Formats: sequence, C-alpha cells, structure tokens
Amino acid sequence: MTPLRLIALAIAALALATLPYWMSGIYYVNVASQILFFAVFALGLNVLAGYGGLVSLGHAALFGISAYATGYILQAGFGHTVAIIGALVVGVAAMALYAVLSLRSTGIGFIMITLALGEILWGLAYRWISVTNGDNGINLHGRPAPFGIELTTATAFYYTTLVVFALAVVMVAIFVRSPLGAALKGTRDQPRRMNALGYHVWAIRFWACLFSGLLTSLSGILFVYYTQFISPQTLALTSSAEVLLMVISGGAGTLLGPIVGAGLVVIVKSVVSGFLERWNFLLGAIFVAIVILMPEGLVPGTARLWRLAWRRARGGGAPS
Amino acid sequence: MTLWLVLAVNSITFGGLLFLLSAGFSLIFGLMRIPNLTHGSLFMLGAYFGATFIGGYLALHFDFWIAALLAALLVAAFGAVVERLLLRQLPGQPLAQVLVTLGISFMAADFCLLVWGGDPINVATPAHLAGFVRAGPAVFPLYRLAVIVIAMVIALALWLLLDRTRLGAMIRAGVDDPDMARVVGIRVSQLFTIVFALGSGLAAFAGIIGAPILSVYPGLDQDMLPLALVVVILGGSGSLLGSFVGSIIVGFIYNFGQALFPELAYFVLFMPMLLVLLLRPQGLFGRFVP
Repeated sequence: MTPLRLIALAIAALALATLPYWMSGIYYVNVASQILFFAVFALGLNVLAGYGGLVSLGHAALFGISAYATGYILQAGFGHTVAIIGALVVGVAAMALYAVLSLRSTGIGFIMITLALGEILWGLAYRWISVTNGDNGINLHGRPAPFGIELTTATAFYYTTLVVFALAVVMVAIFVRSPLGAALKGTRDQPRRMNALGYHVWAIRFWACLFSGLLTSLSGILFVYYTQFISPQTLALTSSAEVLLMVISGGAGTLLGPIVGAGLVVIVKSVVSGFLERWNFLLGAIFVAIVILMPEGLVPGTARLWRLAWRRARGGGAPS
Repeated sequence: MTLWLVLAVNSITFGGLLFLLSAGFSLIFGLMRIPNLTHGSLFMLGAYFGATFIGGYLALHFDFWIAALLAALLVAAFGAVVERLLLRQLPGQPLAQVLVTLGISFMAADFCLLVWGGDPINVATPAHLAGFVRAGPAVFPLYRLAVIVIAMVIALALWLLLDRTRLGAMIRAGVDDPDMARVVGIRVSQLFTIVFALGSGLAAFAGIIGAPILSVYPGLDQDMLPLALVVVILGGSGSLLGSFVGSIIVGFIYNFGQALFPELAYFVLFMPMLLVLLLRPQGLFGRFVP
C-alpha cells in the first residue's frame, strides 16, 4: 500500500468515525447509515458479480429473506440475539439452495436462474398473505441493545452500522487476498484452465456464494432494524437491479467500487429525490451512461483518466 | 363446469397476449443472446401510447385498431433507435447489453409515470366487439375471442415470415449459428435492428390490445416481463413454436393458479420454469442452451 493510499484511507476512516459530529442533522446521519448497510450488501454481491463473474439478479430476495426471518423470530417472542443469529443462518441456507440451483450454469444462464429464484421468493412474499401479510409487510418493534447500549438514536445506529461495515470491508479484503479469492478470480477468467489445474471450480464458486450470502444477510438484518419494516417491495426485481447498479457503477471486482456505488445510488434515491421528482429516470440514465461511457465503473474509470491526465501533464510518452 | 370453461377461454386469451409479447422476446434472445429486460416496458409504452391515441390527442380521435397500429409502429421505431444507438455500442458484451436494457426500463417506467400519472387508465372495448357469445350456460365476451383470433393470425404470419421468406431464413441462420451466418455473407448486425424493431412493435401491439382486459397502470411492465421470461424459458429461446406452446401453458397456469391457489399463484407460475431450467435448460423446443 502506497503512503498516499494509507493517508487517504486514514482520512476516510476518520471522516466516517466522526461523521455524526460534523454532519448537520439527524436526516443526513440516517442517510449515511443507509449508505453503509447498502455498501455491505453491494460488497456481498460484488464477491459474486465482480470477483466470481457470476451476475445475480435475485440478490434482493436473499437480502429480504434475512429481513423477514428477523421479523418472524422476533414475532415468535425470541430475543434479538436469537433473531440475528437465526436470520444469518436462514440467509446463508437460502444462499446455499440458490447456489445449488443456479451454479449449474454461468453467464446469461446464471442471470436468468437467479432472476427466476428472486421472482419466486418475491411472489411468495407478495401473495402468500396468510404467512407474509402481503403488501402490508411486517413491522418490527425496537432495536437490539448490545452491551447495554440502546440503538434507538440515529447516531447510535450509525455507529453499529459502521462497525459492521468495517468488519465487512476487512472480511472482503482478506477474502480477496486469500487463496480462495485468487482461485475465484481464476474461475472467472479461465474456468477450463482452473479445472485442468485440478481446482474444483464448482466448489470454489459455492464457497464464494456462501460468503456473499453471509454479507447479504448481515445487510438485510441492518436494513430491517433500520426501517423497522419489511415488505415484498424489498425483494422485487427493481431492488436486485439497484444493488447490481451499485456494484457496476462503482466498479465490479474492486473493493472501493461497490462502496462508492452504494453512496451514489443512495444519495440519488434519498437526497436528490427531495428536490427532483424524477430520480428514477436519473438512476436509469446514470446506469446507461456508466455502462456505455465507463464500463469498468467509476472507481477504475476515474483512476484510468487520472493516470492518463498525469502522464499528459508530465509530457511523458504515449500511454501504454 | 362453466367456471372451468370460462377459465379455459380466459387462459387461451391471456396465452395469445403472452405469445405476442414473448415471440419478439424469444427472437431477440435467440439472435442477440440477451434477455431484453425492456420488453415489459415496451408492452407498457404500447398500451399507454395506444390509450392516448384512442382517448384523443390534439383533437384527433383514432379508431382502436388504427391507434394500436400507430402505437406499435412508434414503439418499433423506438426499439430500432435503442438498438442502433445503445446496444450497438456494446458488441459482444451481453452483460453490458442486459444492464443497458435494465437502465432503459427504469427510465421508461418513470417516463410513463411523468406523462400519464399514477392512476390506471381504462381502455374501452372497441364498440363492434363489445358483445357476448353464448355457448350453453357459459357466456364469453366477444373481445376475448377476437384477441385469440388476432394472436392466431399473427402467429401464422410470423411463421410464414420465418419459414417461407428469405429474411426468415436469414434470421433462423443467425439464431442457429451467428458466426457461420456472417461467414456466408448475412449481415447479422442488420438483422439485430430488424428483429429488435419487430419484437418491440409486437410487444407494444400486445400492450394495446390487452389494455381493455388488463387496463393500463404503472407497474404493468414489471407484471409482464417475468411472464415473458417464463414463457421463453419454458418454450425455449429463438423458437416460435416454443413461444407459442409456452404462452398457452403459462396462460393456463397463470389463470388456473390465480383461481385455485391465489396465495401461491406466483410460486405455481415460476416452479415449472425452474424445473425446465434445471432438467432441460434449452427449453421444450429450444435451439440452444443460454
């Protein structure tokens, strides 16, 4: 890691840690919490879509299933610890089932199967009214109080989210540098060669799915505690598309990309929508523009332009 | 018994609409190898444009069928523009193309909300088809039977186009082996535009002739896209027969599912698709595995 990067990282960490003190208003602290838990979600999808080359268009359903699980377990009268652990188990188990069904193919086939699975779960949440309460959703009451700290205020919740977010970033960073992460990137780029080298391509992808499922569940639980409400809308195709937009717009296959993407989408959704009614149109336009103009995403794209400008400024040779 | 008969006729009508919607989806998927996620939006755009033309625009009132044709042509032109200006920029990158279609569907949905608002628009059945047909104890609206006839006629025309004309032969060649088709001198990229425009027009036409039955509302795109997807996966992509059989099957599953297990309707709808994906990935009549 270059000194410049270390300094940037330190500044970012400091800014995030002190955010409630310099950000004016509870509203913006809440927006920051949303960015952070959606960033965890996007990091989870990025493990598959970015590092594994397996684009899932049904991830919102996994996110939602953990949120519903949290709600059900709380409704059944259990405590928050049981609810959180239970929701994680349900989320990862659902991901395992997803993986067994969808890892039979890759590319467009994988997209279609995950899309279908997502629609099944959405359909169940939407129409199986006697169980899921349909469009009215499920309400939660209260947030957990780990170590006796109440999370009812925006600031307290922000710090909890920040801790989970930091944990997720560290987990993904370790995963990417681990042998499993390297093997996953290998199966993305050269699956047949990896197979010939003796790697179990399917198993590598399966473990990556489980890891992605774990992060997705974590963010789903944070989401449901944040909104205190879960409805089928959270599981819909639009939500899956939104999180994919976060990953792609920021830069799939990079650590920083999904975080930047989550910031972009959440800000467009919650801040810009305040003074611009047509934010959905804007979101779609951003999507199209990024895919066409900067297909590698904002983070690698900006880095490339920056290097190009740097070289030009120094009057160096032709860009390689 | 009467209930079953009425349900069966409704299923076939809905299947006919689904066929118009999914035939284009299937050809686009077969030729360009991308699931066109704007297809639901094209259906909805067709319905909204058609409803506007019928309702009167700039003091002009159009007949139902003229409005339907105009809407279909307009949306076909839109599809051609999307293909030429956007998808053409991303050759050989199916993932990027899928994402662009997704982005356009967001924009189209918001555009409809901006122009036509959030209230559903009811489109009146054309006056000359407003009657009923009696068959024993059962009563069928004439319009639903007319939709079946229209779908059959278009299916026949599409089959003739694909099976009997030079253009059709080129499209089939492009679906089966795009690289080899290029080698023998077929301009496959030109076919992309033609098929995309044709598919868009058909989807829009389905939207407006379906409007008296389904009405037009925000979210119509999201309701129709998954159905087109189910049809094409069941029937197999790139196959007209597959879309036809798939549409009828889905029409039945959807209507009977809604009537018999309303709570599990979507589950009943998507389960067969999942089974096909797992057991016969190319679909019932598919030409290739996606």
